[in-house]
Amino acid sequence: MSTVYNLKREVEKPARFTGGHRLCAGCGAGIVVSGVLRALTQEERAVVVNATSCLEVSTFMYPYTAYMDSYIHSAFENSAATCSGVVAAYNALKRRGKIDGTVKFITFGGDGGTYDIGLQSLSGAMERGHDMVYVCYDNEAYMNTGIQRSSSTPHFARTTTTPVGSVEQGKKQNKKDLTEILVAHHIPFAAQTAPIGSFKDLHTKSYKAIYTKGPCFLNVLSPCPRGWDYPTEKLAEIARLAVDTCVWPLYEVEEGVWHLTYIPKKKLPVEDFLRPQGRFRHMFQSGNEWMIEEAQAYVDQKWERLLERTGA
Amino acid sequence: MSDRLSGNEAVAYALKQINPDVMGAFPITPSTEIPEYFAQAVADGEVNTEYVTVESEHSSMSVCIAAQAAGARAVCATSSAGLALMYELLYVAASCRLPITLACVNRALTGPININNDHSDSMGARDSGWIQIYAENNQEAYDNFLMAMPIGETPSVRLPVMTCMDGFITSHAVENIELLDTDVVRRFIGEYNPENYLLKKENPLAVGPYDVSPYYMEHKVLEAEAMKAAKARILEVAAEFERISGRRYGLFEEYRMEDAELALVLIGSTAGTAKAAVDKLREEGVKAGLVKIRVFRPFPGEEVARALAGTKAVAVMDKSEGFSANGGPLFAETRSALYDLKNRPYLIDIVYGLGGRDVKTEDIEKVFGRLANIAATGEIGPVYTHMGQRSKEENA
Repeated sequence: MSTVYNLKREVEKPARFTGGHRLCAGCGAGIVVSGVLRALTQEERAVVVNATSCLEVSTFMYPYTAYMDSYIHSAFENSAATCSGVVAAYNALKRRGKIDGTVKFITFGGDGGTYDIGLQSLSGAMERGHDMVYVCYDNEAYMNTGIQRSSSTPHFARTTTTPVGSVEQGKKQNKKDLTEILVAHHIPFAAQTAPIGSFKDLHTKSYKAIYTKGPCFLNVLSPCPRGWDYPTEKLAEIARLAVDTCVWPLYEVEEGVWHLTYIPKKKLPVEDFLRPQGRFRHMFQSGNEWMIEEAQAYVDQKWERLLERTGA
Repeated sequence: MSDRLSGNEAVAYALKQINPDVMGAFPITPSTEIPEYFAQAVADGEVNTEYVTVESEHSSMSVCIAAQAAGARAVCATSSAGLALMYELLYVAASCRLPITLACVNRALTGPININNDHSDSMGARDSGWIQIYAENNQEAYDNFLMAMPIGETPSVRLPVMTCMDGFITSHAVENIELLDTDVVRRFIGEYNPENYLLKKENPLAVGPYDVSPYYMEHKVLEAEAMKAAKARILEVAAEFERISGRRYGLFEEYRMEDAELALVLIGSTAGTAKAAVDKLREEGVKAGLVKIRVFRPFPGEEVARALAGTKAVAVMDKSEGFSANGGPLFAETRSALYDLKNRPYLIDIVYGLGGRDVKTEDIEKVFGRLANIAATGEIGPVYTHMGQRSKEENA
């Protein structure tokens, strides 16, 4: 099989993540999951692990599963430990000759289940070095419970626990940089990606994560029409704007080497990303110009630092 | 084979003989020695278990759940706050019908922190859907652990099993013990071959659904039926175990209960102390007896009622404070079980031994003294009291 990415060939593979699930129209999670699972070679077996999330309740509502592969969900904060357990069973049963063939292990958690409540479990699994992939589909808030802020929610964003009022206007803190935390675990492969264009970046990084031995991590921006407040048909556009404004840079760290995988031809102003989303609407009210300035300054600073690190 | 082992050593020895597929390992006093001894066995190549050194008890149970769902036999050991950290997942393990085995070395729950024995940890987990089997001594800790898998893994049961022993009193004290040959143990335990599991090539499996109201209750009823079915299986396994060991076990032990008029109901190592007190009182002509609960989940309500039917006064001794303001958890179960008797004995509850507070034969004798008085006068006095604490005056 050619290693050159070909969208047509990829989408013609039998789907491992099937239609008929209950995710919203315009949700990023579904395309992230199909994009990641598509990177498995056709003959490969996999076990999918899932943290409690929109994804979980929408894709495995008894008695229907959207996954062609084996799947396990246990709780909110333990998906990485759960994956560790499946990998441990695989190693033990393989050693004892009770199973044959190879199996890949892929875990999906939202940002709440990864940046916040599942961080300890994730850190432990990465440190122990299980041969697994952890994918955070990052939609920047607790969407399953109705759009509450997480440590992944960006500065100024309106959520139901960081509402816009006369005294306070949205989230007061910056977004936690989870990818860097994972890089600090010195795992073989950690990357940021997003479902944009032909999904080449998502596919390539997923393939690397799945087929690199050891614990690998993907942080995938996953827009949410309900939480971000955009029309469902704008999903692709919003994801693209996050990348072209450098709000969500695409990069990977392979064996400690930083590499920028996408440099926008023209770095767009942050407000291009903010404007189409209702969660940032208050930033465009008169008198709040400082918010957009601050958001821009923060993105610029992070971007400069990333350019230095990647030597781009 | 005879040996001298602590309770922790005995369970670790059972684990070595079983050679489970996966162990989730995390330290907490007083259960820490179990994963320690086992780690040495892994390091020495005596077993080839996948030994997962997790970063918390929460992850330890998560690993066990996933490993068991994937088709492996998974084990772990914990105590106190460690078990409390697992609570959420104990329910997951039971509802997914995964026969994990957990060695619980009973220790008081924190608040304030205390490392010594009582039963507040496992009593807090009593409604989680786990089978709970308690040991009086090291021999029972070993034997119970060996019986756990044949009980839990039976298709009609398929529930996780918690074997409990008293922290330090049992876990750290060295006693004479009879050990079975490893090949006998392995034949007794057998292979774990579940019908469906995540790693089964022919048939992918999905575990842990979002279970909506049209299904959830049916699943819970099935779980409840499994717990009911466990009672017969526990006795069946005990009979099989007697054949290989010569040691006999039931749902509880009746000690000098044939003609007993005054009786205690309690759990764990205090039974040894209570037996000494019963013997002494019997010599003095007091018709004293003891019911030592071995299986708390499923609770042998009808059987306990039958055992106590001929008594005049009974004291339930709870080694955990349930804060119900109406007595401890063992009392609630026992009193409920006795309700259907035509002639019920007088019943009191004594909460004792919290956070490692010692209990002596004289203390037990005093309890029997109270029962004798109740039986003679019909005056029950306060139903729910505490024993062994200093009085306000002594503290002043």
